[in-house]
Amino acid sequence: MTTSYKVMPGPEHFLPPSASSMGVRLPDPGQAHIHGTIVPEEEAMEQAARQFLSAKVPTIFPGPLVLWAWNEKAAKKAKAIRHLYETIKECVDSKIQQAMLIPMPDYRPKYPKINPEVEINPNHPNLTIWHNKIDACMFVGVHCHQANLSLKIIRGGTSCYTVAMCAQAGHEDAMLSFRDATAEKIDRLADWVKKLKGSVPPPD
Amino acid sequence: MSKERIKIAEELYDIMPPEYQDLVKRATYGNETRGWKDIGTAKELIEEHSLCAGCPESMAFRYILASLPNPEDTVMVGSTGCTSLVFPHVAVHNIHSLFGNQNAIASGLKRALSVRFPDRTKDVVVLAGDGATVDIGLDMTLQAWFRQEKFTTICFDNELYANTGGQESGLMQKGFVAKMAPVGKSFEKVRLPEIARESGCHYVVQCTVSKPNLVEKIIKNAIYVAREIGPTYLQIYTPCILEIGKNSMEGLQEMRDSEKPTERFAFKEFVSEPAKELLAERAAKEKERKAEAKKQLAGQTA
Ligand SMILES: Cc1ncc(C[n+]2csc(CCOP(=O)(O)OP(=O)(O)O)c2C)c(N)n1
Ligand code: SF4
Ligand SMILES: [Mg+2]
Repeated sequence: MTTSYKVMPGPEHFLPPSASSMGVRLPDPGQAHIHGTIVPEEEAMEQAARQFLSAKVPTIFPGPLVLWAWNEKAAKKAKAIRHLYETIKECVDSKIQQAMLIPMPDYRPKYPKINPEVEINPNHPNLTIWHNKIDACMFVGVHCHQANLSLKIIRGGTSCYTVAMCAQAGHEDAMLSFRDATAEKIDRLADWVKKLKGSVPPPD
Repeated sequence: MSKERIKIAEELYDIMPPEYQDLVKRATYGNETRGWKDIGTAKELIEEHSLCAGCPESMAFRYILASLPNPEDTVMVGSTGCTSLVFPHVAVHNIHSLFGNQNAIASGLKRALSVRFPDRTKDVVVLAGDGATVDIGLDMTLQAWFRQEKFTTICFDNELYANTGGQESGLMQKGFVAKMAPVGKSFEKVRLPEIARESGCHYVVQCTVSKPNLVEKIIKNAIYVAREIGPTYLQIYTPCILEIGKNSMEGLQEMRDSEKPTERFAFKEFVSEPAKELLAERAAKEKERKAEAKKQLAGQTA
């Protein structure tokens, strides 16, 4: 099935459709998608690195699956995420760009509201995006349903570019999604950021 | 999730909000002697709650969560009502069931956990309002007891449907008039503790939460008996101060007034013979443990 629907930065509208309902397919192993188009994984690596390097506030949102060291793989991924964050920080121009690392510690609706400076919550992720003026972000270690919820709300109400580093089959609702995430894959993305340093125009 | 898994990834520790760091550093997971006395010194398993200011349900939640003997391996099952708004703030695994279905969900859950983790103690604790337990969920409540399902059912009895504005419940007193029950209740408060005993519950208590040490004792007893023998039931008066026209500070007095020996929430306890034996054994072991600890302390200071 082909579709003309493109998963693009929003604001799309209050309740954007789920990309899968619009015919967007998930990539097969070794592939990724950009705006809903299936591409080889390496192409998506380059594109994600470019997004980080050209954003004013490139941000990584690690979720519970990597924030908690519940097995060895999770601990390794956490290390890779930290490395990716440090790499982005090093490779952007700190005078005009600010890399951020903000956790999504859990999914509960918090009362009276979250502190958008220190966390992001899937029930209103737009608050954190707006507050910190985040224009490119990557989710990693967030359970499928909560990631989809966040990605849709962000697409609906903000103009932020979303990347999903998914450990399963990928996310249609992200503008760019990897699948089968491992620590090595996250390290490879960091290598791409390093490689492209200086060759991507900074934000205006 | 067991205790060893409650560990933040080293590389991301510094970005975790302080309440999560505190849970790992200062909560009492894995401490078998945990109890209400930890409140104020250890990190509690409940964050800010979403109940009305001064609602006795908040006290009940704090005492119960402090008293669970095995929180890292406990799953709580909730139902719709004022309690369900608190569960998102609770650091114990929990499931929100469809209103009234809590004891059916808990039955399946307990059985599945026993199959999946045959060598580990997994406690299942239902916590629901009186509407969920006695009215809409009565079928599920009773059937779980008839089948001798091994989990604890706790009912927060505030004698009406608080969350939806004050409708009549089976546990409401006869003659009581509520905002959405203007005619007055026409029949007596359902005697669920007695029904629980007759339906096969091995440990049944009715009380209020005016005394934290009592809450700790009954919670532990109910969970230990449910683990080894069969269903247990606790009916706890948590007055809805909003619906009975009390101020935030008056909840405690309301409970004290209602638990006098002649009042409807006078302490009531039914214990089956096998449960009596088990609790006596546990009490003897606990006495031994305390004596041993005392001896060791004396040895250290001598
Ligand atoms: C299946 C279903 N029926 C009805 C409701 C509406 N409802 C929400 S809360 C509630 C009453 C809860 O009363 P209770 O169990 O006593 O809890 P309380 O709020 O008093 O603590 C009802 C009827 C619902 N959510 N789901
Ligand atoms: S409505 Fe009543 S039971 Fe519910 S939180 Fe308020 S005081 Fe408590
Ligand atoms: Mg009630």
